[in-house]
Amino acid sequence: MSEIFVAKIADFAEGDRRIVTRGELEIGVFHWQGKFYAYENLCLHQGGPCCEGIIMHKVEDVLGTDKSWRGQKFSDEEAHFVCPWHGYEYDIKTGECAANRRLRLRPFDVVQRGDDLFVMAA
Amino acid sequence: MELQLSDFRRMAVEEFDTSKLLAHAARQARERGYDKFPIVDVDSHHYENESLNEILEYLDDPVLKQLALAGSKPNAKNARLMNTMVGYQDMGGRIPRYALRSLEKAPPGKDQRDVALTKRWMDAVGVDIAVLFPTPMLALGVHPQVEIEIALSRAYNRWLCERVLAHEPRLVSMLYLPFNDPEATYEFVKEFGDKKGVVGFLITSTRYRPVHANQYMKTYALLEEMGLPIAFHGSYHWHDQAQGMLNRFISVHALGFVWYNMCHLANWIINGIPERFPKLKVLWLESGLAWIPFMMQRFDNEYMMRTSEAPALKKLPSDYMRDMYFASQPMEITDLRLLEETMRVINAETQLLYSSDYPHWDFDLPSTIYDLPFLNETAKRNILGGNAVRLFNLKLGSEKLARVA
Repeated sequence: MSEIFVAKIADFAEGDRRIVTRGELEIGVFHWQGKFYAYENLCLHQGGPCCEGIIMHKVEDVLGTDKSWRGQKFSDEEAHFVCPWHGYEYDIKTGECAANRRLRLRPFDVVQRGDDLFVMAA
Repeated sequence: MELQLSDFRRMAVEEFDTSKLLAHAARQARERGYDKFPIVDVDSHHYENESLNEILEYLDDPVLKQLALAGSKPNAKNARLMNTMVGYQDMGGRIPRYALRSLEKAPPGKDQRDVALTKRWMDAVGVDIAVLFPTPMLALGVHPQVEIEIALSRAYNRWLCERVLAHEPRLVSMLYLPFNDPEATYEFVKEFGDKKGVVGFLITSTRYRPVHANQYMKTYALLEEMGLPIAFHGSYHWHDQAQGMLNRFISVHALGFVWYNMCHLANWIINGIPERFPKLKVLWLESGLAWIPFMMQRFDNEYMMRTSEAPALKKLPSDYMRDMYFASQPMEITDLRLLEETMRVINAETQLLYSSDYPHWDFDLPSTIYDLPFLNETAKRNILGGNAVRLFNLKLGSEKLARVA
């Protein structure tokens, strides 16, 4: 197990991200709602740089009490990062593919040590 | 403003660079050894609207040319010669290259901008030769003015031949046919059929002309005589009454890109066009693969009962389909067993041609073919390049092309 330095925590703003590398391994680290999450920057679809896409909240349908469709909204809870190649969406907090939760990006542990942030790369 | 990319690939919006976006594709190319065999992409695109003023210079009609040039001025908000489609190909900004592409700067050199930017993604992906098609003009077949379809497509074809194909051996094309006018269609084949880099002709499938109409027979005969394939390129049309029942773009896209090719293929076979022009090669573009076994089963089953309605046929509809060529993209890869069976029934090793559709949102990399566990190395190389080299008779002198089995 080896550590990869990500950033000084004070420099890593909420909502920001970093991509760190070791050799050909690329890891995306997200600072989201007070926590840090890290996944391999390799889309499960065709290998795109999924952690480098835009972050958008999950889109949800709004139904009335009679089950009629009333419109759409962005989720208050769930946010996705979107692979810029084809649009595969991943849950920031789990790395799961939003379209199929059985698919999940390879996660990495994130460790805070003093003022610094590291990911643990196998 | 900076894009939200990685630290080491950081770039500002005005510095958008396809090579950086496709860095992972370039790694795939290195790891899989794409330098050892040719890769031909039989369906790729550029955005001809970004070179529109160059293209409009090739319009013959002085009144139309004035109309078009006036409409292309930045302040001409409501003047537009080209029809456009309702749609959301960029997924609300989730595919950022849609917005950024027009800002991308071409590398310094003599290449026309479209050529330079096309070669940039070809190099990243590992494609040696690309068959290049336009983008907005895929909808030109439903333009309400047939004379505009003819004029614009002739100007585009002239521009493409003179400014692109004449100079860049890595780019070839199947040229647009103004299919709503059968006579003009025939004249286009005569005018452009022997131009450098022209490897066939294209019918944009989104239109309402039956391919078996008698007026087209002389065009098919000419294409057969010249040894040039004909291709049908799928697209969608939300104003089509049937597709108008669909309320989301995903549905229109999923069905629309197959719908018109299904209609044209049905007419093509049931009216016996393959029997009338047995040496005319036919290629179907951008409908994926899943529709093919459906059509084979559906029409074989009905033909066995309603044989008298298709008297020109001398074998099953699926047998005619197995003589045709199909481009791979957008290849449905969610069930590998179904995909394997599909490739078996279409004789993929000889009839399937790799296509990327780059730079559109649902592009496929060569790895979608190369990584399939049920194909052997020979089949992979045939699909990725060898079949296209043979179909288009590509003789471009490349060392890699000489390695085609």
